[in-house]
Amino acid sequence: MHIWGANGTGKTTLLRVVCGLLRPEEGRVAWSGQSIDGVRTEYQAALAYVSHEPALKANLTALENLRYSVGLKRRVRDAELRATLEHSGVGACADLPARVLSAGQRRRVAMARVLAMRALLWLLDEPFTNLDAAGSALLLRMLEEHTGQGGLALVVAHRTLDLQRPIRRMELSA
Amino acid sequence: MNVGAWRAMRLILQRELCLGFRRPDQLLQPLMFFLIVTTLFPLALSPQLSLLRDMAPGILWVAALLSSLLSLETLFKVDADDGTLEQLALSAQPLYVIVIAKTMAHWLVSGVALVVMSPLVATALAIPVHAFATMMASLALGTLTLSWLGSIGAGLTVGLRRGGVLLSLIVLPLAMPMLIFGASATDRAIGGENPAGALYFLAALCVFTSSLAPLAASAALRITLE
Repeated sequence: MHIWGANGTGKTTLLRVVCGLLRPEEGRVAWSGQSIDGVRTEYQAALAYVSHEPALKANLTALENLRYSVGLKRRVRDAELRATLEHSGVGACADLPARVLSAGQRRRVAMARVLAMRALLWLLDEPFTNLDAAGSALLLRMLEEHTGQGGLALVVAHRTLDLQRPIRRMELSA
Repeated sequence: MNVGAWRAMRLILQRELCLGFRRPDQLLQPLMFFLIVTTLFPLALSPQLSLLRDMAPGILWVAALLSSLLSLETLFKVDADDGTLEQLALSAQPLYVIVIAKTMAHWLVSGVALVVMSPLVATALAIPVHAFATMMASLALGTLTLSWLGSIGAGLTVGLRRGGVLLSLIVLPLAMPMLIFGASATDRAIGGENPAGALYFLAALCVFTSSLAPLAASAALRITLE
């Protein structure tokens, strides 16, 4: 689902409510028919969230960043994480501290984290920010593959999502 | 395959220690503070050994308390600022597991270093060598207790721009019993008396805070994350 709308209409707030960081003032967020408060662990294991910031530790390498975040969700080997970084186009940066990476590279590392989590539900907040043309194309391909395999994705983006499959669009207004 | 709480705790501990040792300045600053504050007292008071020895436990403990507070402010704040705290909160691990691992790492990096350095400071304050073991044991228990108490304060103040002062206002009153019994254990050891009672009390405080603080701190974090 593609969420769009003008600045300040609550797109990020909506994503934060959906991932459980914020409580909804009205209504409830449900996963498999149950409120997420009751199935928090299962729900969190099934979701991958990327906020405005790539959420990387500046003093850890790209690989370590992935190891200590993905590793909390599932057992994963470094070789697999390296392969995922490679797939996201930042394989050469695996052993560089995140502070020396460019904004676009950090964004790609964050996408590698989403991939490596093997989550069913992707919640991406403006994932195209700082990505170059190749990066945007790669991200679209990832979304295509993910939804093709039955995955769900909620994407906040100001640009159009050119995917092969039909996508739902939700416009928020103030 | 899901990741168990122990494994998650080990991973976070590894992450924190790795980060701690990559930024040695953050590790050394509280230690230098401890060292400098304690050396100021002999200069400001008088170099009279008997007077120093009488005041040494108090000086040592207050300095240890203040220097531990210095590093507590960043316990969750750094992670909150770069967005990794949200990732940790969504990591399918209970928040208290994260709090326990981070607090233990904080103690291993700041508290243990302070305990190791305390004999040096104690020598400057004319504390006799036979009291070192008690002093170090009491400081070890005290700094651990303070890390637990501090985790609650750090959780509450994580969203504030200048949370440091508020953190001190929250944590210092709670740390008073620890200060009283910690200083008294050291004092008794210096006087050649049995410090066991005070040490037991410190140990009890440590167990009490370690069992309740993770729950309180994770509740505080949950509120501030919203």
